[in-house]
Amino acid sequence: MDIIYTIWLRSVKRYLRSKSRIIGTLGMPLFFLLFLGFGLNSIVSIPGTGEGYTAFLVPGIVAMSVLFTSVFAGIQIIWDKQFGFLKETLVAPVSRMEIMLGQTLGGATTACIQGVIILVLSLFIGLTLSSAAGFLIALCFMALIGISFTAFGIAIASRMEDMHGFQLVMNFVVFPIFGLSGALFPISSLPSWLAPLTMADPLTYGVEGIRYGLSGTSQIDPLLCGGVLIAFAAATALAGAFLFRKMSA
Amino acid sequence: MTAIYVENLTKMYGSFTAVDRISFEIPEGEIFGLLGPNGAGKTTAISMLATLLKPTSGAAMINGHSIAGGEDGVRRSIGIVFQDQSLDEELTAFENMDFHGRLYRIPNPLRQEKIAELLALVELDGRQHDLVKTFSGGMRRRLEIARGLLHRPKVLFLDEPTLGLDPQTRNHLWEYIERLNREAGITIILTTHYMEEADRLCDRVAIIDHGRIVALDAPGALKEAVGGDVITITSPDPAAVASAVTAAGALRAEQYDGTVRINLQHAERHIMEIVARLSGNGVPADSISIRKPTLEDVFLHFTGRSMRDETADERDRMRMYQRTARR
Ligand SMILES: Nc1ncnc2c1ncn2[C@@H]1O[C@H](COP(=O)(O)OP(=O)(O)OP(=O)(O)O)[C@@H](O)[C@H]1O
Ligand SMILES: [Mg+2]
Repeated sequence: MDIIYTIWLRSVKRYLRSKSRIIGTLGMPLFFLLFLGFGLNSIVSIPGTGEGYTAFLVPGIVAMSVLFTSVFAGIQIIWDKQFGFLKETLVAPVSRMEIMLGQTLGGATTACIQGVIILVLSLFIGLTLSSAAGFLIALCFMALIGISFTAFGIAIASRMEDMHGFQLVMNFVVFPIFGLSGALFPISSLPSWLAPLTMADPLTYGVEGIRYGLSGTSQIDPLLCGGVLIAFAAATALAGAFLFRKMSA
Repeated sequence: MTAIYVENLTKMYGSFTAVDRISFEIPEGEIFGLLGPNGAGKTTAISMLATLLKPTSGAAMINGHSIAGGEDGVRRSIGIVFQDQSLDEELTAFENMDFHGRLYRIPNPLRQEKIAELLALVELDGRQHDLVKTFSGGMRRRLEIARGLLHRPKVLFLDEPTLGLDPQTRNHLWEYIERLNREAGITIILTTHYMEEADRLCDRVAIIDHGRIVALDAPGALKEAVGGDVITITSPDPAAVASAVTAAGALRAEQYDGTVRINLQHAERHIMEIVARLSGNGVPADSISIRKPTLEDVFLHFTGRSMRDETADERDRMRMYQRTARR
């Protein structure tokens, strides 16, 4: 437990110290939120709920910033490898599992902080939180997304030699995961050929879970969302742990 | 008791053999040196012993634990200072130390005490709350050494510990390494390409070249093996010097880089004879010196090459630069 805390503490310290990274990863979600939100708010209304597009969009953008931050946090171990720091942890009498868990929880924590920042900023453009309990539910879903995708990033980083593959992963894995999720469009209005893809995208369940927490309604049963996401987090954590065990400094 | 036992340890990269069937045994409490030029395989050997690299073949035991199968026991027994930087630059010096102390489960009042003591030793206590990325190469080096000593391992690996340090800091560290060894009984295995360092610190030295151990003994005994004293003659015509000196058949002379070296016992008794032969044959000589052999001579003796070429200092500076500027 101490070891996991030690690794977690380092991740969080590094994150809090790099102001440019915090602001940098806020940029894109904010851009989406402001331009899509204000741009489409007056011409789009979400069927069924009657709420404006901005209110619909916020959970998706929160999920987006959690997704990007956590994948990035996971892939960061490549940097530790290049800067030589990974050797310091790998030669210590601690298990790979502890290192991996500390790194995952650290990444998830930073991702949740990013998500909460977006949430707070959304309050200024008209978001209203339904209840404190709802906020906690949303936070739980953010944490699950964070854990899943940090572990996912670690799994990928364990197989990468350097940061060159990072763009590839962003363009062909992370952006599609975001685009196919119900973050930008309601699932019910998707064309029938696209709906299965959206339902197969684990992020969809995260977005819907956060949406349930923030607005009290969602298109997928929140219990199902929680179940799917917990299973996905466990699967990626296992994959990450397995691949990280084979990583060499 | 044996602290380190190594048998036919080998590492191959494809068809290239970086470490070639090395074997040695280090008793507890010894300072053991691996001396060799760049690319000899020192770091590769250390990495295998520290469980960071899987050997291609061969076996090794550290403090009774096998490096293949007993990794956890090995890791609990060892400390290591890597040749290349392994600090977190986004953390302060203190935080790097604290991270290490926590990883090795040093409980808190003791952890703070040790960190303060070691940071003072390497004279970084004044900078302990500065980010490592603001440190010079030498300061980083000192911090890494302090960190490697924090958990008082039974076996300490030092991969080129004083590379790039100024002479004063180097002396400080040598003294501390000796004290650690003497007072805490820590077994130390260090790699170096500084002859002086090996000579000063090591109880025994293995000379390693192209992945192989070509000689292994106490520094004194190795120098003994060179054969007594070394007479060095510099001359504009080294070939003539060599033939004049060896004409009588009693002496053996090696030419190297504009100088002629003669190894022999009791050089002071033969010097007059050599001078007489040179002047008798009309061979010009700029200078003649007599000295006790150094490990440099030992290396030359066993490999037929000199270890320290004129670019060595340049290369060290390059490596320090790469170490700190690597992005
Ligand atoms: N990952 C690798 N792949 C291929 N060859 C390697 C690898 N690592 C090391 N080598 C080769 O193995 C040999 C030994 O390298 P090593 O780093 O052990 O030398 P060294 O004795 O530590 O040298 P130095 O004094 O420069 O630190 C070198 O020829 C090097 O090029
Ligand atoms: Mg080396």
